[in-house]
Amino acid sequence: MAVRDRARGGLGTEAARPDGIPKVRGDFAFSSDLHVDGMLWGRTLRSPHPHARIRTLDVTPALAIAGVSAVITADDVPGELHYGLISADQPVFARDVVRFVGEPIAAVAADHPETARRALEAIIVEYDVLTPLVDAEAAAGWEPIHPDGNVIRSVVIRRGDAAATGDVIVEGTYEIGMQDQAFLGPESGLAIPAEDGSIDLHVATQWTHSDRDQVAACLAMPTDMIRLHLAGVGGAFGAREDVSMQVHASLLAKVARRPVKMSYLRDESFVGHVHRHPARFWMRHHADRDGTLRRVEVRTTFDGGAYASSSMAVIGNAARFSVGPYRVESVDIEATAVRTNNPPCGAMRGFGSVQVCFAHESQMDLLAAELGMDPVELRLHNALRTGDRLPTGQVLRGAAPVAECIRAAMAHPMPDASPDEVLARPGGAGRTSTATEIRRGTGLAVGIKNLMYSEGENDTASATVRLAGGVATVKSAAAEVGQGFVTIAQQIVREVLGVEEVVFHSASTAEVASAGSTSASRQTWMSGGAVAQASRLVAAAICQAVALREGLTPEEVSLDGTTVVTPTARIPLADAVPDQPIEIATTFHHAPTEPLDEDGQGDADVSFAFAAHRAVVDVDPDLGLVRVVQITTGQDVGRVLHPTQLLGQVEGGTVQGMGLAVMEEIVVQDGFVKNPSFTDYLLPTTLDAPEILATFIEEPEPDAPFGAKGVGEPPIISSGPAVVAAIRDATGAPLRRMPVRPADVALG
Amino acid sequence: MTETNPTAWPAESTYALRVNGTEHQVPDSWVGESLLHVLRERLGLYGSKNACEQGECGSCTVLVDGRPVCACLELAAGCIDADVRTVECVAAGELLHDVQAALLAEGGVQCGFCTPGFVVAISELLDRSPDPGPLEVREALSGNLCRCTGYSRIFEAVTSVVEVRRGRP
Repeated sequence: MAVRDRARGGLGTEAARPDGIPKVRGDFAFSSDLHVDGMLWGRTLRSPHPHARIRTLDVTPALAIAGVSAVITADDVPGELHYGLISADQPVFARDVVRFVGEPIAAVAADHPETARRALEAIIVEYDVLTPLVDAEAAAGWEPIHPDGNVIRSVVIRRGDAAATGDVIVEGTYEIGMQDQAFLGPESGLAIPAEDGSIDLHVATQWTHSDRDQVAACLAMPTDMIRLHLAGVGGAFGAREDVSMQVHASLLAKVARRPVKMSYLRDESFVGHVHRHPARFWMRHHADRDGTLRRVEVRTTFDGGAYASSSMAVIGNAARFSVGPYRVESVDIEATAVRTNNPPCGAMRGFGSVQVCFAHESQMDLLAAELGMDPVELRLHNALRTGDRLPTGQVLRGAAPVAECIRAAMAHPMPDASPDEVLARPGGAGRTSTATEIRRGTGLAVGIKNLMYSEGENDTASATVRLAGGVATVKSAAAEVGQGFVTIAQQIVREVLGVEEVVFHSASTAEVASAGSTSASRQTWMSGGAVAQASRLVAAAICQAVALREGLTPEEVSLDGTTVVTPTARIPLADAVPDQPIEIATTFHHAPTEPLDEDGQGDADVSFAFAAHRAVVDVDPDLGLVRVVQITTGQDVGRVLHPTQLLGQVEGGTVQGMGLAVMEEIVVQDGFVKNPSFTDYLLPTTLDAPEILATFIEEPEPDAPFGAKGVGEPPIISSGPAVVAAIRDATGAPLRRMPVRPADVALG
Repeated sequence: MTETNPTAWPAESTYALRVNGTEHQVPDSWVGESLLHVLRERLGLYGSKNACEQGECGSCTVLVDGRPVCACLELAAGCIDADVRTVECVAAGELLHDVQAALLAEGGVQCGFCTPGFVVAISELLDRSPDPGPLEVREALSGNLCRCTGYSRIFEAVTSVVEVRRGRP
């Protein structure tokens, strides 16, 4: 790293998280910790049926209960009756028909959570139960369950010679289960009505401005009458990109004219937010004897559940990245997201790339076996490089160190044999494996993820930087969800302005313009770009002020790093600040992208990031139990801005991906979630977490602020497929489904 | 969740709880309230978190008579004669406890929702077992879920506390 003057805590350093101390003390206010005198507790009545007509809805018995202040239904919604992240297709409250188990029907506000619960029980609803549509592959031919139809979006990508084939052809079908984001902090917030009828909503979300717009539309209020404030966010991972309790709490507060707090319980959370889409695939790969991919064919269906959420964008990603990080001239891809009476699905970390990775990496292993080739060599042989064309015809112009990621993951030392202790064996203390039966296996997988929004979306981020009295203040609506953008923003300001003391002010929608969502691995690039741009404009304003003060022409004053240079002096920027504070608001844009044409061609993406994972597992093949011993990774990061925060993103994402491989699945039967609790939906614990070794590939991305790529999503994409590949290696079981269940291993 | 038919509210009661060494009056409380609810909503001690309300995630870990428990599974009225300790009493005033400082230094904190539970659980573990082996650490913390970190930075924090404490004269 170059030696240069810099403020302490600039880029590349281990700057301290500004929210760290309150978080370890228990003082940090998460959305579920909010309270105000006289507040009411809101709760939601939800459908017990996956598909039914509402025959009767009578809330009067609930209103009669002492302590109940408000009961609201669809009849009380003053504005738009529907909301949605991309398309407003989800009712605020179901009126005539319910389309999934857990769909909101009414909400109450009462003086105690227990009173609210009893009020829900008192509401009378009678249903005519309808046959639910639960098979995604039957959706297109089923009578529409929603006025918008059952096909949410179908994406076709065709390119190259349709007759192309190779010496070797492999074909497979694959299935991925529904994963839950399982953030720990429940959906929660506090809506406070003001005297003038406006509402302050404090809520855990990924995108305050989008929430504000949806709440305002449903309440038929101007957007400036709804002020969204980011409350402490207990994890997100995509599940807070959609509205959950925002409209309900705001409307309850408006009707009751009192503050209303809502906080979901865990079983409610499992039906109260969107999940990762379950998906099915058929793929056929054609290759030459030397392993060169000649053609890839893909058919896939993603189950979007009852409402669209972000399904149209997820399925676009699934189509564009279904071949993986490999060069292939001929493709025939059809990807469809459909509507069913299953729980709605939308954004989760990885956003379409996770599902496709399991399928394309399983195919690459099949192909390697058919060719008698080392799976690592096969991937290196086909790995994308800068200058290659993607299936969309887009030329990869940025950094694409795919081969380097693979080599880095493979270069880490293999783990020792596991200690001969019960807790270290597959199944741990509960279902002890026989030590002599345990087999070890190794697998590799590689993933690709787009950064930022795609397909022509006008993606912007705004931020304000103010410099006064030697202190810089960043005002931004970028949602801090745990990832550490608050640290990165401070580092950027220190780097550009040389000011050590930087305050990050999490600004409400009334104070700043939108930062866009904390998703798509985009905030470091987009809001980081906005903070850098605003900081540079502040520096330029300081130079102007110096010129004015010293009677110099603007050309006589320049910047050298964080030093103002005049013909007679060199002054640190921080010391050159005029008496008047300087405050500059700016909006950052990335390079524009294009929508796909009818053949799925177009420069749809801004940038891409890659990662490879190697997994080592111990398996008891008779019991079907798996212990993931070690996962190593090489990740394309552009530039390391904060080493420990980066490592935290990589380790955490890797373990979430591992969870999807061996334990995490929302089990849905006939439209009913069978395991809506942390007792039955298994998350990796300290006893499940593998050793993780990571290498970061620093090849600066030309268009990215400071050369840094987004790092949040790549870790989750290929870690799961690598684990499944390792289990196959250990057992020989075909494993066409992720997560892998004990019976899949033990019974093949 | 098992739903029951509405019944009359059980008698409300007033009782005292000793939390972090201070005696608190809990007036007019429904006896069905969990220790977690009373700590948070009646005593204003929001440091113990509410993630699963089912004893699975450990975010509400507190010490009751020195024993780590999930406050969501305890009835507050059942802790009347007990000594309850929460995350709020771990630091000595402004000075962070070494477990808290290590979690920050090693990157064990992201969203922070699980952090108070880990602070209580790790402190209790190291008081009871000053030099635990790696599997002992994993087993002791297996009731505390973290969704952000993948646990490696949390293990590093435990290791660093053990090493620093061992280095003391």
